[in-house]
Amino acid sequence: MADIKQLKDPVSRRRFLAVGGSTTAVAAFLAACGDDSGTTTTTDAMKSGGGASETAKFGKGDIGILNYALTLEYLETAFYADVVKSGLFKGADLETIRKFGQEEAEHVQALTAAVKQLGGKPAPEPKAEFPLENAKSVLELAGTVENLGAAAYLGQAANIQSPEVLASALAIHSVEGRHAAVLNTLLGESITPDGAFAKPADVKTVLKSVEPFLVE
Amino acid sequence: MNEQLKTPELAAVEVDVEGGDLSRGDVILKGALAAGAIYGSAMVSPFVRKALAMSESGDVGILNFALTLEYLESTFYAEAKKRAKPSGELKALVDLIASDEQQHVEALEATIKKLGGKPVAEPKFNFEYNDTAGFLKLAQTFEDTGVSAYNGAGPMIKSKEVLAAAGGIVQVEARHAAAIRLQNKEEPAPAAFDSPLDEKQVLKAVEPFIV
Repeated sequence: MADIKQLKDPVSRRRFLAVGGSTTAVAAFLAACGDDSGTTTTTDAMKSGGGASETAKFGKGDIGILNYALTLEYLETAFYADVVKSGLFKGADLETIRKFGQEEAEHVQALTAAVKQLGGKPAPEPKAEFPLENAKSVLELAGTVENLGAAAYLGQAANIQSPEVLASALAIHSVEGRHAAVLNTLLGESITPDGAFAKPADVKTVLKSVEPFLVE
Repeated sequence: MNEQLKTPELAAVEVDVEGGDLSRGDVILKGALAAGAIYGSAMVSPFVRKALAMSESGDVGILNFALTLEYLESTFYAEAKKRAKPSGELKALVDLIASDEQQHVEALEATIKKLGGKPVAEPKFNFEYNDTAGFLKLAQTFEDTGVSAYNGAGPMIKSKEVLAAAGGIVQVEARHAAAIRLQNKEEPAPAAFDSPLDEKQVLKAVEPFIV
């Protein structure tokens, strides 16, 4: 805990978000997520109207939204598993990381089951590598991932058609918010970086942010 | 349900509803199986019951219900600045949360008016605690209840804009809940899913604090 308490350096989420790759890389990621028209970029999916949605690449309607969330939960689960294995954390910090990782794994299971229940095909687990240099940088990355994850769910809430899918997404969304607040606390950051009203993130922003961690 | 309430203010929340709309509830019944996929089949019936419990109130009714909870939290934290004698890190947290809850109150009042509704009157509250620990225990209850209340109400909201706004609030409530739980040395995110509470359950939880 002592190590973590010393971490007062602000995390630059914007700097992190600015690291986004080219649209080609995003298209490759989308292809890896089960899309069979990998040459299309998110730009097309971003266009509203005409029935297109931001998550269309992941499937139609709620299935697409669930598969988008599933992809993010896979990344979070893999990240925490790698962090646990890294040996960078001990004691209470390790337990927190382990607990969060278990909860993300439960989200993966629930989302996979929900996609199947809706008659869809669950998105495949993306291959990812995370920089695990030291405890500080790992916590910063965890904070970024959790804040982004919460914002990603918030960005999709109003697009969900089915009330029970929405109920499930909301039940996960607030847990991501809790995780984010804990990491922000450990990092000496505000627990509510957006103020009294959390801000959503759109699909393009989220995919650009996670793209640096995806491997072929 | 109303006759069980000793508090006219909260009863008014339920009486002052718009026309019923059971379409969401109908869909929920049909989709109960899908909920089972997420929570396990044992969760399906309470899930459906919770959903239907609020399906008659309309967006204004739901917003007024949320407003009552935000009045409670806002008053609670405003009082706590003096009564709970917070210092240091906790003082900063109490100040932050008090400000957030007051902003939620203002936003909900404005949204209700925008939808042509009338914001519910603010009830009088009485919070019984004598020290910082007592304050923190109550705070944890209120924040966790607030998260579950919004999560329970979310699927009943008809307007996408209102839903998005409520989502922005509930995430902040969840962040508060985690921070308060850290102060209490409790698990900040005790479960992988923040289960929803229905209106009746929430009213039961907050009723003891309404004068």
